[in-house]
Amino acid sequence: RVVVSRSFADFTPQATFDIKKCDLHQLEEGPPLKAELTRDQGLQYYRTMQTVRRMELKADQLYKQKIIRGFCHLYDGQEACAAGIEASINPTDHLITAYRAHGYTYTRGVSIKEILAELTGRKGGVAKGKGGSMHMYAPHFYGGNGIVGAQVPLGAGIALACQYQGNNQLCVTLYGDGAANQGQLFESFNMAALWKLPCIFICENNKYGMGTSVERASASIDYYKRGDFIPGIRVDGMDVLCVREATKFAADHCRSGKGPIVMELQTYRYHGHSMSDPGVSYRTREEIQEVRTKSDPISMLKERMLSNNMASVEEFKEIDVDIRKQVEEPPLEDLCNHIFYNNPPLEVRGTNPWSKLKSVS
Amino acid sequence: MAASLRCFLRSGKVTVTVRDALNQAMDEELERDERVFLLGEEVAQYDGAYKVSRGLWKKYGDKRIIDTPISEMGFAGIAVGAAMAGLRPICEFMTFNFSMQAIDQVINSAAKTCYMSAGLQAVPIVFRGPNGASAGVAAQHSQCFAAWYAHCPGLKVVSPWNSEDAKGLLKSSIRDDNPVVFLENELLYGVPFEMSEEAQSKDFTIPIGKAKVERAGSHITLVSHSRYVGHCLDAAAVLAKEGIECEVINLRTIRPMDVESIEASVMKTNHLVTVEGGWPQFGVGAEICARIMEGSAFNYLDSPVTRVTGVDIPMPYAKILEDHSLPQIKDIIFSVKKTLNV
Repeated sequence: RVVVSRSFADFTPQATFDIKKCDLHQLEEGPPLKAELTRDQGLQYYRTMQTVRRMELKADQLYKQKIIRGFCHLYDGQEACAAGIEASINPTDHLITAYRAHGYTYTRGVSIKEILAELTGRKGGVAKGKGGSMHMYAPHFYGGNGIVGAQVPLGAGIALACQYQGNNQLCVTLYGDGAANQGQLFESFNMAALWKLPCIFICENNKYGMGTSVERASASIDYYKRGDFIPGIRVDGMDVLCVREATKFAADHCRSGKGPIVMELQTYRYHGHSMSDPGVSYRTREEIQEVRTKSDPISMLKERMLSNNMASVEEFKEIDVDIRKQVEEPPLEDLCNHIFYNNPPLEVRGTNPWSKLKSVS
Repeated sequence: MAASLRCFLRSGKVTVTVRDALNQAMDEELERDERVFLLGEEVAQYDGAYKVSRGLWKKYGDKRIIDTPISEMGFAGIAVGAAMAGLRPICEFMTFNFSMQAIDQVINSAAKTCYMSAGLQAVPIVFRGPNGASAGVAAQHSQCFAAWYAHCPGLKVVSPWNSEDAKGLLKSSIRDDNPVVFLENELLYGVPFEMSEEAQSKDFTIPIGKAKVERAGSHITLVSHSRYVGHCLDAAAVLAKEGIECEVINLRTIRPMDVESIEASVMKTNHLVTVEGGWPQFGVGAEICARIMEGSAFNYLDSPVTRVTGVDIPMPYAKILEDHSLPQIKDIIFSVKKTLNV
């Protein structure tokens, strides 16, 4: 009797999930309440989010080793936003964000190598080492902007170029809860609505503008309503499927010529504002821990897929290992390899007579 | 009547106001490249606050000539974003005083981006509008921004004087793939200048970064930009009667500055006077002094460089006070004679 190991065909190829209803502003209907996810999509979103997570944690280490200098604003916790948005727009659409930009730099197509090389100031970096953390660019990705809020008029301008050129493209323009109080945003909202620019304004509300909570900074914390005459939706930013469906809805709105739309993604950052901010003087460790255990975007996706038999634990582990290979330092197991070319394995003496190491070609 | 007509036809020259020259430049560039468009307050249906864009909206329509709300920071940022995404905007500030509201977008979003992206992201944009003193508009509407913008790497800063300058330099600025700050002068808009046949061509451009010797002379060099080039020429005419021959240089571009032309002239005349409308501290004249000191022409100077500038005060309103706040021709003549020790 042949024992068949678990094969590809055993997994559920597609499943439908309930997603949280979005709060609506100036809209009769919103995004759907269910999202379909295929196995392939799920694994891809997982890989994307996990890559961003590992890359950010590596950047944390490199910064503490002083290999990354200056400003470093980490995105861990918010991965579902970048992954969900990229899943719903085309590569030919445009995207611009502020300085918490490493995640978007990756989702918009820059390799891990070029990102880490840029962060560490190497010539091989995506901006040849001239830009650093806040100034990385790619086709249809306009950074990476250091001045709070300045990217919002820029994004509206990119949308104007899309409209002008008649190419059916749109621009996703991201900003934070802190930038939401900048005057230039309201100037952009006004012109975008007046001229019906194909611009999705997205507020990544992670509850804190540096050390100031949203309640202490904003007279209204309903950021999805701040566009006033522009329709808005408030979205669970920790659920990649929710983000994807909401952004699809927003993209359809823009592409149909209805003009701009505002999205508020409710999300959370595990790190402080930047590497100079421990992030615990204005919020409790309990709060951070609670989000990690109950709402982590990567865990949530993984659990969804596992409980619906869409993938195996081993598959996720394989992805993790593969990502680590690209982000981590070389493993100690590789220490003695490559002494000889095309040679059978040999034993190598370590630092002391009892240390016997292995070398393969 | 017939004789003058014959003269006109023979020389091919026409007189064109600076306003019309700027209008022609924009019209020609809008026609030449469909990515070029103009935005700003009142540029479309009002024909331009100073009528510089007269007729353009009628000819090109809403898509290419865009009226904006009073939102300098917003529309300057929008213009920069459009330039990043493949268009070639002309962003008009009603005066450069209002550009201060938007200066972050000019410097941090436009000027620095090519460098920060190591050449990946160009920003082909022109910021234009009237700069410097007008007539009776008082302190908040009279500042000269040449020094402020010329301080920043990543920007080109252009300051035309006559109609040929205006047309040729604006066309070059629009065709340049970099952010250009184009400083016009409201008092010059209505002034007619002769325009050569060459300058009337649709392909006529003047290179950015090259000064022009408007008048040759051997005793002293006068360097100026914008409106004060005219003042220098008027002063030179008066001084010529006393046997002092001034060489008058029209900078045309503030950044990059054509220091070589100034040095070549100083090596000939041994004396230098700079003339500008802006304030003295950290100004265009101050930069010229520093550059001359650092270069080979220093050894040819027979006396220190003299700066003629606006008075170091906010601009007053009353006419008599305003007149005494800016360089007059007699101030230039006085400074020339002091520099020459005559």
